[in-house]
Amino acid sequence: MSDVSLTVNGKRVSGSAEDRTLLVHFLREHLGLTGTHVGCDTSQCGACVVHVDGRAVKSCTMLAVQASGSTIVTIEGLANGADLHPVQAAFKEHHGLQCGFCTPGMIMTATDMIARHPQGLDEATVRAELDGNICRCTGYHNIVKAILAASQAMAKGSKGKAKQAA
Amino acid sequence: MYSVNYHRAASVADAAKLLKGGDAKLLSGGMTLIPAMKTRLASPSDLVDVSRLKELQGVKVSGKTVTIGAATTHYDVSTDEKLKKACPALAHMASLIGDPAVRYKGTIGGSIANNDPAADYPAALLALGATIVTNKREIVADKFFKGLFETALKEGEIITAITFIAPAKAAYQKFRNPASRYAIVGVFVTKGKDGVRAAVTGAGDDGVFRSKEIEAALAKKFDASSLDGLKVSADGLMSDIHASAEYRANLIAVMARRAVAAANA
Amino acid sequence: MGIEGVGARVARKEDKRFITGGGRYVDDMVVPGMKHAVFVRSPHAHAQIKKIDVKKAQGMPGVVGVLTGKELKADGIGNLICGWMIHSKDGSPMKMGAWSPLAVDKVRYVGDAVVIVIADTKGQARDASEAVEITYKELKAVVDATKALQPGAPQIHAEAENNLIFDWEIGDGKAVDAAIKSAAHVTRMKIVNNRLVPNAMEPRAALGHYDKAEDHYTCWTTSQNPHVARLVMSAFYNVAPENKLRVIAPDVGGGFGSKIYIYPEEIVCLWASKKTGVPVKWAADRTESFLADAHGRDHVSTVEMAFDKDNRITGLKVDTIANLGAYMSLFSSCVPTYLYATLLSGQYDIPAIHANVRTVYTNTAPVDAYRGAGRPEATYLLERTMETAARELGVSPAELRRKNFITSFPHQTPVILSYDAGDYNASLDAAMKAADYAGFAKRKADAAKRGKLRGIGMSCYIEACGLAPSAAVGSLGAGVGLWESAEVRVNAVGTIEVLTGSHSHGQGHETTFAQLVNQRFGVPIDSVSIVHGDTDKVQMGMGTYGSRSGAVGMSAVAKALDKVEAKAKKIAAHLLEADEGDVVIENGEVKVAGTDKSLPWFQVALAAYTAHNLPAGMEPGLKETAFYDPSNFTFPAGCYICEVEIDPETGLTEIVQFVAADDFGNIINPMIVEGQVHGGIAQGVGQALLEGTRYDASGQLLTASYMDYTMPRADDLPSFKVSTSNTPCPGNPLGVKGCGEAGAIGSPPAVINAITDALGVADIPMPASPSTVWSAIHAKH
Repeated sequence: MSDVSLTVNGKRVSGSAEDRTLLVHFLREHLGLTGTHVGCDTSQCGACVVHVDGRAVKSCTMLAVQASGSTIVTIEGLANGADLHPVQAAFKEHHGLQCGFCTPGMIMTATDMIARHPQGLDEATVRAELDGNICRCTGYHNIVKAILAASQAMAKGSKGKAKQAA
Repeated sequence: MYSVNYHRAASVADAAKLLKGGDAKLLSGGMTLIPAMKTRLASPSDLVDVSRLKELQGVKVSGKTVTIGAATTHYDVSTDEKLKKACPALAHMASLIGDPAVRYKGTIGGSIANNDPAADYPAALLALGATIVTNKREIVADKFFKGLFETALKEGEIITAITFIAPAKAAYQKFRNPASRYAIVGVFVTKGKDGVRAAVTGAGDDGVFRSKEIEAALAKKFDASSLDGLKVSADGLMSDIHASAEYRANLIAVMARRAVAAANA
Repeated sequence: MGIEGVGARVARKEDKRFITGGGRYVDDMVVPGMKHAVFVRSPHAHAQIKKIDVKKAQGMPGVVGVLTGKELKADGIGNLICGWMIHSKDGSPMKMGAWSPLAVDKVRYVGDAVVIVIADTKGQARDASEAVEITYKELKAVVDATKALQPGAPQIHAEAENNLIFDWEIGDGKAVDAAIKSAAHVTRMKIVNNRLVPNAMEPRAALGHYDKAEDHYTCWTTSQNPHVARLVMSAFYNVAPENKLRVIAPDVGGGFGSKIYIYPEEIVCLWASKKTGVPVKWAADRTESFLADAHGRDHVSTVEMAFDKDNRITGLKVDTIANLGAYMSLFSSCVPTYLYATLLSGQYDIPAIHANVRTVYTNTAPVDAYRGAGRPEATYLLERTMETAARELGVSPAELRRKNFITSFPHQTPVILSYDAGDYNASLDAAMKAADYAGFAKRKADAAKRGKLRGIGMSCYIEACGLAPSAAVGSLGAGVGLWESAEVRVNAVGTIEVLTGSHSHGQGHETTFAQLVNQRFGVPIDSVSIVHGDTDKVQMGMGTYGSRSGAVGMSAVAKALDKVEAKAKKIAAHLLEADEGDVVIENGEVKVAGTDKSLPWFQVALAAYTAHNLPAGMEPGLKETAFYDPSNFTFPAGCYICEVEIDPETGLTEIVQFVAADDFGNIINPMIVEGQVHGGIAQGVGQALLEGTRYDASGQLLTASYMDYTMPRADDLPSFKVSTSNTPCPGNPLGVKGCGEAGAIGSPPAVINAITDALGVADIPMPASPSTVWSAIHAKH
C-alpha cells in the first residue's frame, strides 16, 4: 500500500491504494470519477485518456502511485462550471458520439491535440493523431468533424482574447 | 496485475541500490512493462521508477554529437528543435512510435532496454551506430541488441543515455501492423563518415538486425535505384498471422528504397 | 417540421452527460457491500473436466466465494437456450446441446466459464482464480465448420450427430435446377464470410444483487433488451420469478447485437449473490470479450446464378454452411436462415431461388447476430456474384443490376418476403452521381501514373428490418413476439414521460423519441423524458436490434400518442365548449379551429388531473399505453460505391472515396441517421479490409486483443459521402424503415468489388489486409 496524493480537477485529493492500482481504477473507484473508462487491456483504445501534468496519457497504463504528486484533469473537470469546453460543445453539435463510452477519452485526446497544433489542424492530421483512440459507433466521421470545428473555434477564441489583451 | 512494490528513485545511484534484491525492474514510461504486468505476463516484485529523474532527461547536441537522456520521452525526442536540425530522421522516427498518448510516456531507454523485435528505436540506434551509456559502461549498439527482448545489459545496470554522431543522411520508413501499429517492417538507413548502415526491425526471427545486402548495394551509390531489383531473402524472417516471411522480405526492400529516397530528399 | 420536430437535425439531449463524464454504465455502479467476480475460463477448446479443486482458492486473501457448476445445477439453475426453433428439411427439430452457465462435465471452447471467484477486490479475485485447480482431459478440437461435418470429426455435443445442428432449406430446388440447366450463362462462386468479433467499446458487465429481506433480485446488465433478459432468466434459467427480478440496463456502451443475448455471467452473478449474500459485480476485460462475446458471420457458401441470353437472372442456387460455435446462442438459429436466406433475392427480380443451410457446432465462441445479422452475408454473396457475373458477361456492373431490378411494388420474392416499397434506380443513380462514376477511368489512369492501382466497386443492398410481425415470426419458429410497447405519461404540468421497451445504447432515442412528441403536441423536447432500460419502470418490451426502434418502437409511441391526443381533445372540447372534431393541437396550444378559443397544453393536462371538470364518465389522468405489432418487415435499400487505391509494393489499400445512397423511408433526425450510416460503413469496411478472427487448429483464439484483431481506426477510413432518397414505408404510421444496420450490410461487397477491380483478380478473401492483397498481386505475376 502507498499513499497517493494528486490534484484532480483542481482539488487536492489523497488516499491509500495498493501499489498495483492503476490510475484509472484510483480515479474511478477511490474518487468516484467514473467518466474515465476502460475499454481494452492493451493500452490501445484510449477510453481511459486523462491529462497528467498537462499531457494526455492513458490512465490504464500508469500506476496511481506513479502519478502521485501530479496534477490531473479528467473529463469531469474539463467544463468551466456550466460552460462546456469548446471540444465538448463541438462533439455535441457535430454528433461526434453515439454510445458515449469512448467519448471522454476522445475529448481528452482532442483537447491535447488541438493544444499541440495552435497553427490549426487538417483532416489527415486529426485522423493520424486519433491513432490511439478507438470508436466503434461513429466511423470517426463526425469525431473528425467535431475536432476540426473545435480547433477553429478555439483559434478564433484565442485570437479574440489576444485582441482584447492588446 | 500481481502485487508489486513501487519505489521512486531519487537518483540513478539510488535506483541502482533499489534494484538489488528481489525481482525488481526499472520503470520508465511503462508503456510496455505495465501492459505486460496487467496481463500477468510480467510479475516483478518491485518497480523502481526512474521516469522523473532530471539527470536522465533531455536532448543535447554539441557539434555533430547527439546525446539523449534515457528517460527522454518519444514526444520530447520528436519535438526537440536541436535534434530536428542535427538528425531529423530520428525525430521523425520518434513521432511514428505508438500513438500520441504513448509518446508522452514512453522513453528511449525503456524502448531499447525492452528490445521488442517490432520496436522502432533498436533499428535507429543500430543504423546510427549509437553508443548506449549505462551507469557502469558504454556499449555500442552492434553489441547491445542480442535477440528477442534480450540485450547486453547486466543485472542492475541502468541505461543513462544514448549518444551518436549525426550522420550526413538518414531516414526511417516503417510499415505498420494494421492491428498493433508496431512495425511489421521498419528500415532505418544512414550514410555517415563510416559508410552506409541499414537496420531492420519488425522482421527478424532474432530481433533487430543490420541488412548486409542493403548496405552492400548502397555502398556503391547511396541512391534508391541501387536497390532496384534487390531480392531480400525470407530466411530468418518472422511469419505470423499478419505477415509471412516472404511478405516481410518484400517490405524490407520496399521500405529500404523509400527510406533512401527520403534520406536523399 | 418545427425546429425540434420530426425531420429536424436536433442535437442530442443525452450528449450532455456523456461529454461531461456523467454517463452511468454498469461498471460505474456501486452497491454497498459489493464484491468483485472473476470467471475461471477453459484454456482448452475441447476437454472433459475431471476434477475441480477450489480449496486453495477459497483460502486466498479477500475471497468471499468460489462456486462451481455442480452447485449451480444443484440449485436448479437451468441451461441456456436458443429461442428460435428451426426444423431440418426432414422435419426433425434442431439439435440443441446443453449449455450450462458454468461448465460441469465438459468444456467446448476456449473461454467457456467453469468457476466463479468472488473477492473483495478484482485483483484478489484474479489472484484466487489462479489458485483454482481444474484437471482436464483434453479432447481433439475442430474449429472449421466444414471439417466439423466430416465423418470422424470430434463430436462436440452428444445431441448433434456429426455436429450438424440442422439441415434446412428454402425455395424451389427443382425450379432452380431447371433454370441452371437451361441458362445461357451461369456464374459460380465460393463465398466466404469471415467471422467477426462485435467489439462494442464497453465490455460486457453484470451486477447481481439479491435482497434477502425482500427475497428480490436486481440485475444491472449491459443489455440491449432488459425485458427479454428478465423473461428468459425467469422462464428458462430459473433464476427467479419475474415479479422478484428487476433487470436494469443503464447506459450501455454499444451493442451491435452482442448484447442481445443472455450470457452465463449475468445468470451466475445473480445466483452467486444469493449464494454468498453479497452483491456481485463482474466486468469483462477485453480479451474476455474476444473469447466469450457472441461472434458474428462465419459462413462458407457456394452459389450458382443463372442468366438468360438477355442477362436476366433466371435462378439462384445457394448452399451455405454456417458455423454456430460451441453452443447455440439465443437467436443463433434464425440468423443463417430467416434473416439470411429470405434476403437472397436482393434488389432483383429472380423467379426461382433455392438455398440449403447447414448449421454446425465447432469448438469456437458461439456465433449469433452481429450488426446486420444474416443480411450482410446474403448481400455479400449476391453482390459479389453480380459483380463477377457482369465481368464474365462483359457488361457494366450498373447495367446488369439495373436490368434485373425490381421496379413494381409490392413484390413477392420466392423466399417469403414481400417488399412493400422502394426505388432502386433512384439510389443507384444518386450513388453513381455522387461518386462521379463517369470520371473513374480518368482517375484510374492518373493513379497508374503514380504507380497505384485504382478500382471501383458497387453494391446494391436490400435488407429486411423493423423486426418483426409477431405472428409471422411465430409461424417461423420464434419463441417470442416482436412487437413493442410504449406508455405516454402526461404530467399535471404538461411535461411528458415516454416509457419505451426499446433500448438506446448509442442510437439517440432520448432525442428522436422526444422529437416525435414535440411534433405531436409542441412540447419542447427538454420537457419530454424518455424512460427505458428498467423492468421496474417499463412494463414490457422487446428491446433494440434489427433496426426496429424506429419502425416498431416509435410506432408504439405514435399509437400511445394517438390515444393521449384523443383524450386531450375530448377534455379540451369539453372545457372550450366546442366539438371534439374541431380541436387541433399546435405549438403547445390546444385550439378550436376557426375560432380564437384555445388553451395552453399544460392546462389541458392539469384539467385531466384536477378532474374538477371532465366530460361525464371520463376517468381522470392523461396516460396511455400502446402495444404495436408491425404488419410486415421494412425494407431499407440503397447503393454503395467504394473507390480504392492500392499500393502494389505493399498491398496497402486506401479507400479514396466511399459513397452511400440509402432509402430509409421517412427520417426523424437526419443527423442521427447519417451517424448510423457512418458507423455501419466503418464496421463493413472493417470486415472487408481489417477484421479477421483467427483460431488455430487446436482452438486457441489468435486474435484475442487489439494487438492482433484490427479495429478500424480513424486513419483507416475516409470521410463518407452519404445521402438518402426516400420512399416512405407504407407499413407503419411513421413511414420509417430503419437505418441501424444498412451500412454494415451494404459496404463489404462494395469494398471487395473495388479491390478485385483494381487488381484484376476474380476474388480475394476478407479481410483484404495488406499482406493478403500483396499475395494476390504476387500470385498473379
